[in-house]
Amino acid sequence: MFDFVSFFPRAVMQGIPLLFGSTGEILTEKSGNLNLGIPGIMYVGGISGVIGAFFYEQSVGSGELNGLLAVLIPFLCSLIGSLLMGLLYCFLTVTLRSNQNVTGLAMTTFGVGVGNFFGGSLIKLTASEVPSIALGRTSIFFKTALFGETNGWFGQMFLSYGFLAYLAIIIALGASFFLNRTRPGLHLRAVGESASTADAAGINVTRYKYLSTCIGSMIAGLGGLYYVMDYANGVWSNNAFGDRGWLAIALVIFTIWRPSASIWASILFGGLYILNIYLPTGGQMALMELYKMLPYIITLLVLIVVSLRKKREDQPPASLGLSYFREER
Amino acid sequence: MTALETVKNAIKMENITKRFGSVVANRGINMELREGEILSLLGENGSGKTTLMNMLSGIYFPDEGQIYIHDQPVTIASPKDAFDLGIGMIHQHFKLVDLFTATENIILGLEGKLDRANARKKVQEICDKYGFDIDPDMKIYDMSVSQKQTVEIVKVLYRGADILILDEPTAVLTPQETEKLFAVMRNMKADGKSLIIITHKLHEVLAVSDRVAVLRKGEYIGDVATKDANQQSLTDMMVGRSVSLNIDRPLPVNVEPRVVIDGLTVFDELGVKRLDDVSFSINSGEILGIAGVAGSGQRELLESIAGLYPISSGSVLFTPPEGGEQQQLVGKDPMDIRKAGIAMSFVPEDRLGMGLVGSMGMTGNMMLRSWRKGKGIFLDRKDPEALAQRIWQELEVVTPSTSFPVRRMSGGNVQKVLVGREIAQAPSVLMTAYAVRGLDINTSYTIYNLLTEQKMQGVAVVYVGEDLDVLLELCDRILVLCGGQVSGVVDARTTDKMEVGALMTRMGGGQNNA
Repeated sequence: MFDFVSFFPRAVMQGIPLLFGSTGEILTEKSGNLNLGIPGIMYVGGISGVIGAFFYEQSVGSGELNGLLAVLIPFLCSLIGSLLMGLLYCFLTVTLRSNQNVTGLAMTTFGVGVGNFFGGSLIKLTASEVPSIALGRTSIFFKTALFGETNGWFGQMFLSYGFLAYLAIIIALGASFFLNRTRPGLHLRAVGESASTADAAGINVTRYKYLSTCIGSMIAGLGGLYYVMDYANGVWSNNAFGDRGWLAIALVIFTIWRPSASIWASILFGGLYILNIYLPTGGQMALMELYKMLPYIITLLVLIVVSLRKKREDQPPASLGLSYFREER
Repeated sequence: MTALETVKNAIKMENITKRFGSVVANRGINMELREGEILSLLGENGSGKTTLMNMLSGIYFPDEGQIYIHDQPVTIASPKDAFDLGIGMIHQHFKLVDLFTATENIILGLEGKLDRANARKKVQEICDKYGFDIDPDMKIYDMSVSQKQTVEIVKVLYRGADILILDEPTAVLTPQETEKLFAVMRNMKADGKSLIIITHKLHEVLAVSDRVAVLRKGEYIGDVATKDANQQSLTDMMVGRSVSLNIDRPLPVNVEPRVVIDGLTVFDELGVKRLDDVSFSINSGEILGIAGVAGSGQRELLESIAGLYPISSGSVLFTPPEGGEQQQLVGKDPMDIRKAGIAMSFVPEDRLGMGLVGSMGMTGNMMLRSWRKGKGIFLDRKDPEALAQRIWQELEVVTPSTSFPVRRMSGGNVQKVLVGREIAQAPSVLMTAYAVRGLDINTSYTIYNLLTEQKMQGVAVVYVGEDLDVLLELCDRILVLCGGQVSGVVDARTTDKMEVGALMTRMGGGQNNA
């Protein structure tokens, strides 16, 4: 029998990294920056947190970890790591006006390389037998259910998560409010729709592009942190993050650039991602892999439906992927 | 003189110079706008009018010189600085976000809490004050061109601008809309605002402005009070030599039907009838003008003939000039029609949208028409290059080289490239739409002469135009469209503006064939 009450929390935990990633990417894309470096940035966000946690655990030795520090240090490290990636992307595409697609893809390759390099180095330092770093002591603080109550189906489905999961939802709701209800949000959307219009209206295009892309990167980076510290119980092994970064970008398209819709859609994606474990596959690997395709297939379906409907509001930001130079004629 | 001295300057520009690379767009310009006047800024394409105005609106920054606003020296480093100084510019290409409502566009870039209801109220107040008619909650993509322009004007007024710059505001308006705009401009002037209008149309200059300033090749030629000026004197100032305003119109030669259209009916993708039982013939050796209010089916007509628009019924019969059998063009693909010798140079509002590739140079764009020619898989660059060189010289295209991206040329030059290329195909039928839209007088006459030359060589020329004066002087016959129907075909030599104008607004009139 399909047990929804135990399936749902697992779908949520799969979905949260995607929610962070897609919220970050939506904010970025609303400024007209198509940041395909998101998978790399999420990866860097994860390894940066791991590095912080690793050295904090090392410095404490066998002593007791301070709960606040154990959370704060990886959290800040993760933010700084992904911020640096965001800054690099902005410098290349906004200041130097290089091609966004090429830069983004390079950033992903670069980010994964950075992650694997430091991951490998830390594994060497621990001289461990298995090719992974276990930060279980830190992970406990990330995993502690925020509301402490996990009894009953309600508790299990809605109250059993660590603080980062709730943060992801708050950020998504906040981003939605920001984009639709505030003046800077209006300005940001104007930059993504038509940078020259925004510029002529006195909006500082460069500043908006930098800020939204960097903040978006930091939010996406938290997805990497959540993945390793909460979902993976603090165990980092190279390349375990998988294709979650690309799923986050697919989610952006699936939700037609709406962070509030990302909340349920990320859980749907998370559920589809692990559906293969719950459905009878008879141990056939091929069938399992086919199930894993589901999120991408429904993204394609959404794209088809959206292009058939031709509704202007459902289109990507009009100047997505274009760099802006005021004196260009 | 004492009366003049009390007039204050809203803007004074002193020794303004702006370079783009090695091209000097503005050289040592000294110019002023007086408070409470409407100043026309006149000049040919590429004479630097827009560049000069963009330095006032903060888009460009001058390389040399000083700007004074209300007699205070200022530095305008960004559009925001311009707003703060009370300067508002209505750009030729509207600066509006299509996805936003009118109100959202109007308040874009302002500070403070986002209060849509309050902003909406203020927008409504401005509309009531100056007599604008727009819905503050309408999305821009649902608006007509003139509504968009109104939003632009409200936008600058909302910011409290007292100096308004309008860059070719009438280029896309109907005569009625233009009249309305001029009324609004006079309203604003009465309200104490100072205005600069850039336009190519001399009768508009004479109708609306108090004073005219003329630029030529990036230099300031001088100014003249409008009451002391006429079309001829302004033209002379603008081009620096006397230009004949009469189009040479020889009688048609060897007139025979080249394309006979019978009962043509088309529907657009929404199922709206765009052409309704249209019948006429295009004859060799003459220029057939097509007149009509914008959107009466001109575009659909040309595209149907060129095989680019689905035809639901009717026939298009083509008689090859070398004799031989008549060909039915309905159902043929555009490539075959083109091969038969029917060329179309359609100049849409967005000149680069159809026909040219913005990032390619002149040569590359010439190759778009000859890509089938080369040997094997290799491209033939030599002939296109020669053609590009010829157009560059004969049409006086202003560009550093034939490989310079056409996107970065000025609008008029882009148009010369497009029209030049189509004529070079030596077609037997040449269809042009809005071939002189946005072009200055001198270039327009170059194009008129080219078309007449084609006619004298026996080409059947179709000219879709907006300016009735030109249609009457250039064409041999004029077909008038109204709401997708032919409301009349008249002899251009004997008809007058009143008759054509009446036909343009009359549905389903009789076919008084000339």
